[in-house]
Amino acid sequence: MLKINNLHASADGRIILKGINLNVNPGEVHAIMGPNGSGKSTFSSVIAGSDDFDVTKGQMLFDDNDLSDMDPESRAHSGIFLSFQYPIEIPGITVTNFVKTAINSIRKAKGLGDMDSSDLLKKIREKSKLLDIDSRFLSRSLNEGFSGGEKKRNEIFQMAMLEPRLSILDETDSGLDIDALKVVANGVNRLKTRENATIVITHYQRLLDYIVPDFVHVMFDGQIVKSGDKSLAKNLEEKGYDWIKKELN
Amino acid sequence: MELKEKLISSFVAFEEEMDLNTRVHKIRSKNFDHFEKTGFPSKKDEEWKYTSLDNLLKKNYRIFTKEEFAIELKEVKKFFLYELDTYKIVFIDGIYSPFLSDTTHDGIDVCLLSAALNKNKYEKIINNYFDKITHKSDSLTTLNTSFTKEGAYIFIPKSVSSEKPIEIVHFSSGKQGNLFLQPRNLIILEENSTAQIIERHQSLGKSDVLTNSVTEIFLNERSVLDYYKIQNDSLNSSLIDNTYLSQMARSNASVHTFSFGGNLTRNNLNFHQFGEFIQSTMKGITILQGTQHVDHHTLVKHSNPNCESHQDYKGIFSNNSVGVFNGKIYVDKIAQKTNAFQQNNNLLLDRNSTINTKPQLEIFADDVKCSHGCTVGQLDNNSLFYLRSRGIPKKEAKALLTYAFANNVLESVKIPILKKRIKSLIANKLGVNLVYDL
Repeated sequence: MLKINNLHASADGRIILKGINLNVNPGEVHAIMGPNGSGKSTFSSVIAGSDDFDVTKGQMLFDDNDLSDMDPESRAHSGIFLSFQYPIEIPGITVTNFVKTAINSIRKAKGLGDMDSSDLLKKIREKSKLLDIDSRFLSRSLNEGFSGGEKKRNEIFQMAMLEPRLSILDETDSGLDIDALKVVANGVNRLKTRENATIVITHYQRLLDYIVPDFVHVMFDGQIVKSGDKSLAKNLEEKGYDWIKKELN
Repeated sequence: MELKEKLISSFVAFEEEMDLNTRVHKIRSKNFDHFEKTGFPSKKDEEWKYTSLDNLLKKNYRIFTKEEFAIELKEVKKFFLYELDTYKIVFIDGIYSPFLSDTTHDGIDVCLLSAALNKNKYEKIINNYFDKITHKSDSLTTLNTSFTKEGAYIFIPKSVSSEKPIEIVHFSSGKQGNLFLQPRNLIILEENSTAQIIERHQSLGKSDVLTNSVTEIFLNERSVLDYYKIQNDSLNSSLIDNTYLSQMARSNASVHTFSFGGNLTRNNLNFHQFGEFIQSTMKGITILQGTQHVDHHTLVKHSNPNCESHQDYKGIFSNNSVGVFNGKIYVDKIAQKTNAFQQNNNLLLDRNSTINTKPQLEIFADDVKCSHGCTVGQLDNNSLFYLRSRGIPKKEAKALLTYAFANNVLESVKIPILKKRIKSLIANKLGVNLVYDL
């Protein structure tokens, strides 16, 4: 589904990603861990198509289509979703209307008409229940005045509504208390199917107790330096990132 | 002939139609003398530094129109709030159109200024109110006063609420060549009364129109007024709008100005507070493209303690358009406990657009809360990426963010149908279809 070969990317002339290789297949959950500044968030932004970064070398294929040729909206249309570490606030546009605009944009790109309002409302009710979201929350302006936890829950709500094939969760656990973390993780797990895949980007092992990965990758200085199964995350938690650094030296 | 010369030579002809022995005509003559001395403002005047009338004044305009050109209702229906039952005072080329209007004398007066100026029963009111709060130093206002003849007259008696909104609409037919129009409106709210008024100038043809409008509004104690100005005229039309509000104790006035069209638009909006516990609100959204120019000049004069004023203007400029915001807040030394806020935020959507923004605060009292802020920026790239990552195409994403930028000004529009209309005007201006009714 997603094939990353020797990906290099830079921002303002500074090289951040220095040759990433990663394969993600349908049904898989990958976790990318690593210390601050290792390039995790850059990696997720580059896949989603942020123009803050220049891809200088390598290849990103999604369903064998080269992502470099696609703008962010086209990537979303083909099924890529990024849950932002810092979701933005949009005053005056309610969560419901925002989701409606997004869904209909994606449908339009696929040559479909607008989603029927009653179907949309039904889906909204179903997905908000899954994430334990109060209906009053849906008529508030998008992310405006939301707590950190509400913003993250809203990201996963959007993911539930848009039903992407590849979801990248960038530090979704940051700012969440343990109860909110369980709700969000439970939502992500329930949305998982054999056809879709998830990349979980996190600094801490804690989230991986709830979203259990098939593969764990450790990113350091713009490269994936170690890959393994979920036990790698446990090792990291116990020994810290210094362990990796020592191993590399 | 330059417009000034033409106006001066036309004044004698104008006088032939007027009763010269009235108090009103004495006011006209006095103002005419003033205009003759000062003439039109130029860029040398500090208040006109960023807005030049030179090109407009060079054109040849017809100053008097004799006949009303009939307009079919279906042609202009969209310029009215047709979904609502409203009172309407409609003018075509400066002449009252009884066919399109819906006036009243039942409980309130919604009628013509010409009637109020000429009928005895209004004499006392005219003497009390006409030309009482205009700035005598403003030459465009004095010009309008000299030629005062027609406009809207609205009188809401004590403790009465106008049940329907009132629309004042000035059409120009475009069938009489270039026109110079000078409507004069007089609006009086007695104690404890309320009204909602919508004003619009709309050109229907391709001839040039220059309108120099003056509106005087008097709010007596505890009265409440919501006033909406919709400026979405065609590119051959220019408007100089001089609006003066006089507020007595505990009154509450708000003026929203939506400037989406026209060639050159100058809004001189002046609030004078003459009592305590007064609230004054000025809000505006300006969306301009191309050669358009909008200039908002606001003034709030706090002359008494315990009053408030709120100003919030949003400007969105693209493709060579030019905006000006000049907001003056004056706080007299006896006006303690004044709360005065002013905000002017601007988005420049490309490199070729300009905004000149200038807050001016003159504060002589020492126990006040006054703040002002102005920003000039562009759409946030991160926000744009966020929306696009949800599948929303770049153009729509930009429109959504622009809409969100201006949105809080819309929140205070109290007529739901009007709010919806303005939303769709904004969507139209931004070139997208935004559906928000879920």
